[in-house]
Amino acid sequence: MQLLVIQRILGLLIMVFSSTLLPPIATGLIYQDGAIMPFVEAFFVTLIAGFLLYLPVHGHKKELRLRDGFLVVVLFWTVLGVTGGLPIYLSGIYDISVTDAIFESISGITTTGATVIVGIDDLPHSLLLYRQELQWLGGMGIIVLAVAVLPMLGVGGMQLFRAETPGPVKDTKLTPRITETAKALWYIYLGLTIACCLAYWLAGMSFFDALSHSFSTVAIGGFSTHDASIGFFESTTIQFIAIVFMLLSGVNFALHFTAIRNRSLGSYRRDAEFRTYLLVLSIVSVITIGYLQLTHTFDSTAESIIEGLFQVVSIGTTTGFTTAEYYSWPGFLPVLLLYVSFIGGCSGSTGGGIKVIRVLLLVKQGVRELQRLVHPNAQIAVKIGKKAMSEKVIEAVWGFFAAYFAISALMILLLMATGLDQETAFSAVAACLNNLGPGLGDVGRNFASINDPAKWILCLAMLLGRLEIFTLLVLITPAFWKK
Amino acid sequence: MNIIILGAGQVGSTVATELSREESNELTVIDINQQILSDLQDRLDLRTICGNGSYPGLLDDAGADDADMIIALTNSDEINMIACQVASSLFHTPTKIARIRSPEYLRRPGLFAEDSIPVDYIISPESLVTEYIYHLIEHPSALQVLDFADGRAQLVAVKAFHDGLMVGRALRTMSEVVPGVDMRVAAIFREGESILPSADCVIEDGDEVFLFAAREHIPTVISEMRKLEKPNKRIMLAGGGNIGGQLAAMMEKDFQVKVIEAYPARARELAATLDSTIVLLGDAANPDLLLEENIESMDVFCALTNDDEANILSSMLAKRMGAKKVMSLINRAAYVDLVESGLIDIAISPHQVTIGALLAHIRRGDVVAVHALRRGSAEAIEAIAHGDRGSSRVVGRAIEDIKLPDGARISVIVRGEKVLMAHHDTVIESEDHVILFLTNKKKIAAVEKLFQVGITYF
Repeated sequence: MQLLVIQRILGLLIMVFSSTLLPPIATGLIYQDGAIMPFVEAFFVTLIAGFLLYLPVHGHKKELRLRDGFLVVVLFWTVLGVTGGLPIYLSGIYDISVTDAIFESISGITTTGATVIVGIDDLPHSLLLYRQELQWLGGMGIIVLAVAVLPMLGVGGMQLFRAETPGPVKDTKLTPRITETAKALWYIYLGLTIACCLAYWLAGMSFFDALSHSFSTVAIGGFSTHDASIGFFESTTIQFIAIVFMLLSGVNFALHFTAIRNRSLGSYRRDAEFRTYLLVLSIVSVITIGYLQLTHTFDSTAESIIEGLFQVVSIGTTTGFTTAEYYSWPGFLPVLLLYVSFIGGCSGSTGGGIKVIRVLLLVKQGVRELQRLVHPNAQIAVKIGKKAMSEKVIEAVWGFFAAYFAISALMILLLMATGLDQETAFSAVAACLNNLGPGLGDVGRNFASINDPAKWILCLAMLLGRLEIFTLLVLITPAFWKK
Repeated sequence: MNIIILGAGQVGSTVATELSREESNELTVIDINQQILSDLQDRLDLRTICGNGSYPGLLDDAGADDADMIIALTNSDEINMIACQVASSLFHTPTKIARIRSPEYLRRPGLFAEDSIPVDYIISPESLVTEYIYHLIEHPSALQVLDFADGRAQLVAVKAFHDGLMVGRALRTMSEVVPGVDMRVAAIFREGESILPSADCVIEDGDEVFLFAAREHIPTVISEMRKLEKPNKRIMLAGGGNIGGQLAAMMEKDFQVKVIEAYPARARELAATLDSTIVLLGDAANPDLLLEENIESMDVFCALTNDDEANILSSMLAKRMGAKKVMSLINRAAYVDLVESGLIDIAISPHQVTIGALLAHIRRGDVVAVHALRRGSAEAIEAIAHGDRGSSRVVGRAIEDIKLPDGARISVIVRGEKVLMAHHDTVIESEDHVILFLTNKKKIAAVEKLFQVGITYF
């Protein structure tokens, strides 16, 4: 463990990211909402804190090792999650507590989108933009952004990159140089955001709303500038635009990259994960829409279709926008949707959950076990597309799956111990661990009503979910800290 | 530059390490062993792809369409050639370099051409290493002998010894000590540190001195630093692989050569192809065999197997049993430092030998050779000057007027058959081979740039 090197990089990253407090200040100035002081204060606090961390060790320039990478990433997400709550706390809106401010900030940066603030519509513009911006930064990954803008991270950048990138196979680079890969990812991300923003704007949102929502849509976050989320706009066009961009953002960005480079859509068609992703969402949509029709939840068929589709995509990709009160939908639908959020987005996307590719591998592995019962001597490869996956990857996926469920089970128990009922506890864990956002029961609308210990547990769940569990878990193993 | 490297073996990894240091290079490494690739990716900022590098689909994945260069360095000559063919036919890759080991392919020069097998540069590590060792055996007192301008000028590294003519004297007196021999001291290393060879610099016992001279003057030059050793006569090679076999074939006319080979089939093959060499079947680390074959009267014992540890141990054994000088082929850089402190006289690092030749092709400007000295702490570069005073930054100028990067010195100029030592007023002409000595590796790019010809030349 090279603690001084880690401290240096951490200080540097915190200094760089203090600049993310500048756009809200600018927004505050434009809208004259009189709420910029908390941001100015928070800006200087983080900048100076970063500088104080960096200054004593600025000479320690060494390559990051594998272990250092884990620590830097976890520390950075934690520190940024906590300091991100600073301007929210300082703003003093609705007498917000420290716990709530940090919960809101971590929920933002992990792109969960669970909120504890009720009365969002009345917040100052600067704070509204800040919440959305947190989601946007967390979506593609703050480390990926850091690697793109700080070339001096060099090879060490790869160690960081890996600890943050979602998906089972982390060694695939779009371009040979890590900085170029990170840049390519952010360009695609930026492009999607701009396109989304324009589409919302043209569909009738105000520019501020369009920008804010494009941030949280492309990041698969789910924060909105209104209590009623996307439902506020009461526009089918906007719902439809949201569906398209949520779908696009839930796809592996490497596919977008290949498609743009080759100027053809072939890469999507050939990708097994992408096809499974669409298949799962289509099947669930059909079931949902059918059941909504059967139970006459909505007055017209058209409404069932658009509301069903929107909610399936929003929850299936782990975005968490709402237009209807899905948590009060009839029968098994709310729980089905939560289950779908466990599958989540594709690897290398901004979505949360277990990731489609892992689920696909688990299913194929299950099928292989069945085949082995019939043909005990058969050599069967688990293939994704036409490529056989190595046993190492499959083992890692099983390990991930087991850890994911062990942790959710443990957290549900802990939440119930703090006094939450079973439905609320289960859905809150699912919503946070999958970086989804809205849950069921007491956390259907927002997370304001649950107790403080439960919020801290859920903060941990959100970080675990965003960093795909192992990056965080590895830090509590004794082996990690041994020299 | 966008470069694809095939094969992540010893040569491939070294090349990748070397090239990835330069910011402007984008590297993609292809190999069939995922484990090696993962290790490489952990260490270096490059992309890796697992698979057979000569397959068109895989080359496509590696971005062969945009690649500026493909370097095929796998163990198989055939894969390397096919990969170059595929890159040329399907992807129009501008520069193709292939490692060709087997001398059989190298005998017919017409084979590698644009319309047959499109390989622009052939690199043969075994031949390079063989040649390198041959030079060392030829000049018994030298630590390193490097060729420039097709061998017309040479660079020798000599360890100064108190019986040398120049030892204890300042460099300025050199022309008085040996009149008529033109040479140039390029660098002096004292206890591992580089010293600037100024005119007042006094050579001490134990210094490692790098000297440039015309080929015919090399023995005289060496004698200035130490009393010339008796010419080598009896040579024993441990390991009759590619290098051992080629070396034996080269030397058997002038030396008495014995080769020890452990595999019966290879030993039979060697015996069939070599004439006066004695091929011995057995283990080079077997003291009885060494004793039997008069190890104590051997001038040089050379361990040339693939196995670093076996080479080191058999060399140590030979040294203890009385071989006058032992050399060992050592692949791992860490071992080289370890053993050169005394156990083994000369450690030969095949990578250092190969990489120089390879890097020369990658350099821009007309750079013909880049040799790493003292395991990369300094480099000797040979570049050809083109153009005229208007288009080139070196031609038509006296050496003192050329803006050289820090730590670079022009040492020698080879003009046609003549080898000239550079003086401050020597004027460089077009087509001169200029040999520079560089103590700071980072400045290579600046040297390349110096020798690039302006657009007006074409």
